Amino acid sequence: MIGPAFDLLLALIVIAVALAATLGRDNFGAVVFFIVYGSLLAVAWTRLGAVDVALAEAAIGAGLTGLLLVGALARLSRLEVFSPKPPGAGARALCALTAASVAAVVAYALTGLDPDGGGLTETVAADLDRSGVQNPVTAVLLNFRGYDTLLESIVLLVVLVGVWSLAQDRHWGGAPGLAQHARPDGVLATFARALPPIGLLIGVYVVWVGTSEPGGAFQGATILAAVWLLAAMAGLTDAPSVTRRSVRVIVIAGPALFLAIGTVGALAGTFLALPPDHAKRLIQVIEAGLTISIAATLALLVLGFPQRAPP
Amino acid sequence: MTDWLLIIAALTLVSVAAALWRVASGPTTVDRMMGAQLVGTSGVAILILLAPTSRSGWAALDVAVVLALLAAFASIAFVKAVSRDGRGDPEEDA
Amino acid sequence: MSLAALFTVVFTSAGLFFFIAGAVGMIRFPDMHSRLHALTKADNLGLGLIVIGVMPQVDRPVTALKLVFIWALALVASAVTAQLLARSAAPPDLCEDG
Repeated sequence: MIGPAFDLLLALIVIAVALAATLGRDNFGAVVFFIVYGSLLAVAWTRLGAVDVALAEAAIGAGLTGLLLVGALARLSRLEVFSPKPPGAGARALCALTAASVAAVVAYALTGLDPDGGGLTETVAADLDRSGVQNPVTAVLLNFRGYDTLLESIVLLVVLVGVWSLAQDRHWGGAPGLAQHARPDGVLATFARALPPIGLLIGVYVVWVGTSEPGGAFQGATILAAVWLLAAMAGLTDAPSVTRRSVRVIVIAGPALFLAIGTVGALAGTFLALPPDHAKRLIQVIEAGLTISIAATLALLVLGFPQRAPP
Repeated sequence: MTDWLLIIAALTLVSVAAALWRVASGPTTVDRMMGAQLVGTSGVAILILLAPTSRSGWAALDVAVVLALLAAFASIAFVKAVSRDGRGDPEEDA
Repeated sequence: MSLAALFTVVFTSAGLFFFIAGAVGMIRFPDMHSRLHALTKADNLGLGLIVIGVMPQVDRPVTALKLVFIWALALVASAVTAQLLARSAAPPDLCEDG
């Protein structure tokens, strides 16, 4: 009886926060409510038993996206961008109708789901021993549906290229973002010196444990990217120029490794097939590569496009 | 014990609701970031309370670790954004 | 009720008390700096007492270490955030050392 009451309360709060984020008039309020939404949604996912998703939500939704949006908003206010004219009543009615229809379809689909599992749980469990890992989510992401994960990592690369394309010609070759500085003996700099080793430990732990417990490459990579960005925000380290070869190699390495392993599998039979006796090692190698690349890509995405002239 | 922990977690949600009120009405932007900080910490507390009860067991503590680690970052980005040139430190005085 | 259960009940209630106190302080205190004071009490004491309260329920000793680790992380993060937020809102003539 208490369980459903807690869930109901949490659901009501989450809906209220979502409404506050989307219906408010000021951008800063929307951003703060969005960050709050991420934290609460992580609790909701945990309550539903989806700990891998909760890890991703806590890392990306409450952490990295908050960082990104606050920085973007600050940049907007400094540039004195004029707000465009709000859309007319017809456009708003059309949007409301589309959103309501999508919500209705999703609600209908959700009510048709069997609440006690079913679905693909048995199918995955039947083949779990041959997948090389014990965590069914990792098995699906990196083995059974490795195709999707490969494409997702390439999509991140495309996004990065898109962000870089916003740079002005005279800035190309310079470092992304503006140079940050902080008081050298202050609280921020000390925090930024103390936290990255701990963040590194937690990030590697989350990736490593993802083979048997909830975790994974995306979550670990987000943690690594976030603590590196903290060091950059405190001025302890500066972003490298985006035209440097080492930057490009690191960003491409993960998807390229994944693609290479998949192609070797194609020569032996099926593209992206992992032989069961080597599956665990291969998955660990792929995850290591993906973690490094995704961490670098996410950090570069948050930093933005080059805004300083090359030295 | 499960029931008791869920009751405490539900009451912590009430403090979350209070923090949300502060986010909505805080006269200054710092007030709103403080509300977000309180929601983050309350989320960590709720996750710790839910861990002995949840379906996935104590793996939920990893979510609490990640949330505790990253919850402060938005506030740090905020204080940098409101510093004098947008890239500084509130402790570097004018 | 067993000793472990009683321990959990007492300490989680104490932790909840500090969270509610922090939330009430956030609503009722008159200005930003006193609200920050209320926030940090919830962060430190509230979370700490809840961690202590949940300790008897752990399954392995390493989980207890993880709980303490979470608390230490939250302590450091909230202390840093409180300092920075307070400084960013303080009028310049209030900072004494410059």
